[in-house]
Amino acid sequence: MKAQRLGAWIAVILGASYFVIPLIGTIEFSLRMRRGEYSLDAYESVFSDIQFRETFGYSMLMALFTIVFGMLLVVPTAYWVRLRLPQMRPVVEFITLLPLVIPAIVIVFGYLRMYNSSSYLPLTGSTTGTNALLVFSYITLSLPYMYRAVDTAMRAIDVRTLTEAAESLGARWTTIMFRCIFPNVMSGVLSGAFITLAIVMGEFTFAALLNRPAFGPYLQLVGANKAYEPSALAVIAFSITWLSMGLLNLVSRFGKARPAKA
Amino acid sequence: MSTVSTPMASSVPLINKDRVIDWLGIAPFIIFSLLFLIIPTLYLVAGAFLTPEGDFTLKNIGDLFTPSIMSAYWISIRVSVASALGGALIGFFLAWAVVLGGLPASVRSTLLTFSGVASNFAGVPLAFAFLATLGRTGLVTIFLREWFGFNLYGTGFNLLSFFGLTITYMYFQIPLMVLILTPALDGMKKEWREASQILGATNRQYWTMVALPILWPSLLGTTLLLFANAFGAIATAFALTGSSLNIVPILLYAQIRGDVLHNANLGYAIALGMIVITGVSNVLYLMLRMRAERWQK
Repeated sequence: MKAQRLGAWIAVILGASYFVIPLIGTIEFSLRMRRGEYSLDAYESVFSDIQFRETFGYSMLMALFTIVFGMLLVVPTAYWVRLRLPQMRPVVEFITLLPLVIPAIVIVFGYLRMYNSSSYLPLTGSTTGTNALLVFSYITLSLPYMYRAVDTAMRAIDVRTLTEAAESLGARWTTIMFRCIFPNVMSGVLSGAFITLAIVMGEFTFAALLNRPAFGPYLQLVGANKAYEPSALAVIAFSITWLSMGLLNLVSRFGKARPAKA
Repeated sequence: MSTVSTPMASSVPLINKDRVIDWLGIAPFIIFSLLFLIIPTLYLVAGAFLTPEGDFTLKNIGDLFTPSIMSAYWISIRVSVASALGGALIGFFLAWAVVLGGLPASVRSTLLTFSGVASNFAGVPLAFAFLATLGRTGLVTIFLREWFGFNLYGTGFNLLSFFGLTITYMYFQIPLMVLILTPALDGMKKEWREASQILGATNRQYWTMVALPILWPSLLGTTLLLFANAFGAIATAFALTGSSLNIVPILLYAQIRGDVLHNANLGYAIALGMIVITGVSNVLYLMLRMRAERWQK
């Protein structure tokens, strides 16, 4: 038993160093810009770069649109499948898993062929259209995570009783949706939102091939041209992931601590 | 159940209208997924079997078997297999350590939280992190040189290579394995171990004759999932090696950008090849997961 515990400690320490050493390496490298001493010059250089601010803001905005429109699509669907179409559940679940199976680069390749400027729906012909297509692609990409998060939260509430109670009080379907269902699955909505934020902020493939000025392609560009800034950017990107996942953990813990009463 | 059936029974004459409304409820989702997921994919699949003029052909599929495209697939498969196996092996030991190794509960929750973050830390920033660590002037490279006089790059090591890409991918592969395998190991009942010990089994016999036969669908299934995960990834490789390492997603990227193969429909065939490979490994994963869940009831 003692040998087993020793083995377990060794495994965890080796595993932890695999995770932690690259992080230390990145932080250390990002401080090395000034010769002979550690400084925050790389971060200053990053933050003063107008392109950093523009692309970061652009990706944040895209993430926000993705979350809002994604949830408007996912929550009613998950609700409706639970309430009226349980026989469609396997089909809907299968569709939400497809983005994990079909590589992103294949999906975007399809978009570029289907929505080019000479097609029936020339989304890539205009800036607004391309931005919309990017948001749609991000919704597709985060569909597996959003749907799962929302559906798990919905399992904890009695959708049918809530709906019938609201209906008998004379609520219209918009009232049922936004004042009954959404507030009750908020923990799921927020978990889905944070993981979507983490995915969208660093996403590269869609944004690069649709030629949009997002944070992912900007990171790649800086990586190809500068020495110390990429590390500073990696630290920033990792903090965003940490922040999103930390908030996600917090939300799901609160969601569990406060069981929804139907 | 009776409360459900009563309103249904009273609305018998309206049943057709109800049906229509039922289906309208998920229409937005179905239309969205058709437009932005299913039809674009089918468009490429169909295009793989057409000539630029629109006639049926198998030539595009046949052209996949030219040396340059085959070598791209081969490198991709090798990197994905290596990072999946490495990730699965290390991930298994980590999951084993926190579930069965008798470690404090805090170690377990820390590792699981960290795995949640690290499995999502992919893409371009991951490449930067490894360049800063194992690149020519990276922390570990310099540390080894100055403290041990060991020149990492003198041994032929190169981060911008098959091996470098593999260890970089393992950064998100290992945590994914930990996340999926921990519940499977939690499902190993204590009674099984006790029963085998009472019957006089050694630790080794327990693992080879009880634990692994139960766990192998989970282990193999998750390894397949890791394989597909690595196969479709592009951003990390692109930022790490530029286009010097010719993996399939990077070849496809170049084809989309500039038709480097001088045949648009050959690009569709490459995409089809990727879908087939990730599709088959995901289907096998789902089948194995169903098998694994037999024991979790």
